[in-house]
Amino acid sequence: MTRLVDCDVHNAVPDDAALRPYLPARWLDHMDHVGSRTFSPYEAGFVYPKVSPGGGARTDAWPPGGGLPGSDLDFMREQLLDRYDIDLAILNCLYRAAEQRNEDYGAALATAVNQWQVEHWLDRDPRLRASISVTFESPELAAAEIRRAAASHRGFVQVLLFPRTLAPLGRRRYWPIYDAAQECGLPVGIHFASTTGAPITSAGWPSFYIEDHTSMSVAFQAQVTSLILDGVLDRFPRLKVVLIEGGFAWVPPLMWRLDGLYHRLGAEVPDLARLPSEYLRDRVRITTQPMEEPERPGDLLELIEEVGQHILMFSTDYPHWDFDHPKRAFQTKLPPDVHDRIMRGNALDYYDLGA
Amino acid sequence: MTPQAAPAAGTIDCDVHNAVPDIAELFPFLPDRWRDYCVEHGVTSLAPASYPSKVPLSATPESRGGPGPAGSDPDLVRAQVLDRGADLAILNCLYAVQPIHNEDWAAAMASALNDWQAQRWLAADPRFRASIVVAQQFPQRAVAEIERFAGHPGFVQVLLLAGSQAPLGTRAHWPIHAAAARAGLPVGIHPGVAGGNPPSPVGWPSTYIEEYAGATLAMQSQLTSLVCEGVFARFPELTVVLLESGVTWLPSLMWRLDKNWKGLRREIPWVGDAPSAVIRRHVRLATAPFDGPHDAATARRFLPRFLDQIGSVDMLLHASDHPHWHHRDPEQALLGFLSADERRKVLRDNALATYPAIRERAAA
Repeated sequence: MTRLVDCDVHNAVPDDAALRPYLPARWLDHMDHVGSRTFSPYEAGFVYPKVSPGGGARTDAWPPGGGLPGSDLDFMREQLLDRYDIDLAILNCLYRAAEQRNEDYGAALATAVNQWQVEHWLDRDPRLRASISVTFESPELAAAEIRRAAASHRGFVQVLLFPRTLAPLGRRRYWPIYDAAQECGLPVGIHFASTTGAPITSAGWPSFYIEDHTSMSVAFQAQVTSLILDGVLDRFPRLKVVLIEGGFAWVPPLMWRLDGLYHRLGAEVPDLARLPSEYLRDRVRITTQPMEEPERPGDLLELIEEVGQHILMFSTDYPHWDFDHPKRAFQTKLPPDVHDRIMRGNALDYYDLGA
Repeated sequence: MTPQAAPAAGTIDCDVHNAVPDIAELFPFLPDRWRDYCVEHGVTSLAPASYPSKVPLSATPESRGGPGPAGSDPDLVRAQVLDRGADLAILNCLYAVQPIHNEDWAAAMASALNDWQAQRWLAADPRFRASIVVAQQFPQRAVAEIERFAGHPGFVQVLLLAGSQAPLGTRAHWPIHAAAARAGLPVGIHPGVAGGNPPSPVGWPSTYIEEYAGATLAMQSQLTSLVCEGVFARFPELTVVLLESGVTWLPSLMWRLDKNWKGLRREIPWVGDAPSAVIRRHVRLATAPFDGPHDAATARRFLPRFLDQIGSVDMLLHASDHPHWHHRDPEQALLGFLSADERRKVLRDNALATYPAIRERAAA
């Protein structure tokens, strides 16, 4: 029986050479003579340096045999899957395919990443599932890759998007992605990351990584607002949406705000069939890490109740610095049925992992 | 249609919007060079696009009864705000000088606006107070404007807009905070466009309802910036008032920021206390809109927990947000829940504690 599902684990492409077997000659040539060009001002690394090397990795997560944290399956088994008796883990590979300014190169990289995930991860451990890497700023190319990858392996259970996009994700330009995801029966998972050259807040560029990290929940709020109010969930009635690593304490206040505004401004969005909050409660799921920690631990129970105990799905974010331990993540003891739903039941149902 | 609830007697209304009826009203306060500029270059209005005049939220039906734009007639605002029990009303004029890219023009328009506020509003009724509007995009000019009105009995706050070019905690803005602190004026931050960044952190929303919903997100980023940059460590006497941006999100941000501070504070060593403690000391929030639960049962469970989580009702300032038209039930639920003492704090005493200029004039 499945006891524990980890909805956010990061497998790392060790280096570009690992992708070469999956790239056609046209893009191998590009890799050799041009290489990665993203919206970042730096050839490598991040505009807000993270708290630790390896993209903000736990200092103990570097594989003893070498390579990046998250790049060695055997070490991941030892440090995560076996140690915590994780029955199913969903891999979200953050290789920077989606960030490429050359859209066709990005699409070729995304395909290569997905093929590499099949050969080096999904086929090597039955506990693993994976998200499909896509170039979501090129929605037609992303849709093609969703259909290709979904048909290639049953281990793909999600389409991976990032929350800091060039435009709000509800806008029509992104709809081909939702069309493909719905058709393939896959949720779109929006995972913590920055990928555009635009300021990361509507107040401009902050100075520090702590602000980058804290304000990520703001980007998630903007995206879920857009998906609801732009009608994506009406237009794609079977589409599922997962918010990954964006927190969840903001959900009740945002839903109260949206419902209040709908009361006054609903005439602008007459096609919405229901209150904004109902879309979130029925259609959206949220992973737990990094969970906000109320000053009074017991308040977490009320918070979970207000968000909805069916909404939350446990995640560790291995191998990153703010990893949540499966047995110590919650500040307070949850009722057994709630704990069970969050640790396994909600994810099994939503991702249809029991099949 | 929910009628706008009449404020109780003896209240201080911390967010009322006075509007410029016509740009020509400002011409007597503008140097010839800029009056000619407006006329010859066809500038007919700086009314902000963030409150489109046709949108219901922008003005209550009642406030639309005058000849000019809602909020533009001092007599009507007096009748609809002051004569219904508010002892004092703080005017936050949103006529948009902050998106102007031309520094000299922006500074001249801000000065004209403040002179116009002094003559047309503060002089019209002793119960009006006003915020100093500044060209925040040019901090040195903003400082000069603050200093021009420092000590004026009617100006009680410096008004900044949340949609800034760079976060308001960044060092470039410190001269503004320093000038406000020197003058004993809180900095009020209000939604609005001041700098060319898209109104959402992920680009341009298509609908107004989405854009307005996102105003609270800009405020969350501003509060994060003010705390992390150490503004309150550098200016320990400074108070910041967050206006018209919801209130109930505050605990969730405090928890996230506190947790990140534990893990990442070596990046911001000047923040010596937990962010939540800094926020409780230095930040106040206007209650319109409150963004609380809409059903009574949830509100009864939520409100006592929420008040414990923010620490005390001392952080909350009553506001009507006139003439903006909100769904007021959640805020009424809050006031209905409070004890008589707590209600008096929210409706009046907290404002006296927050605004030295109001307190001192009341004592005089």
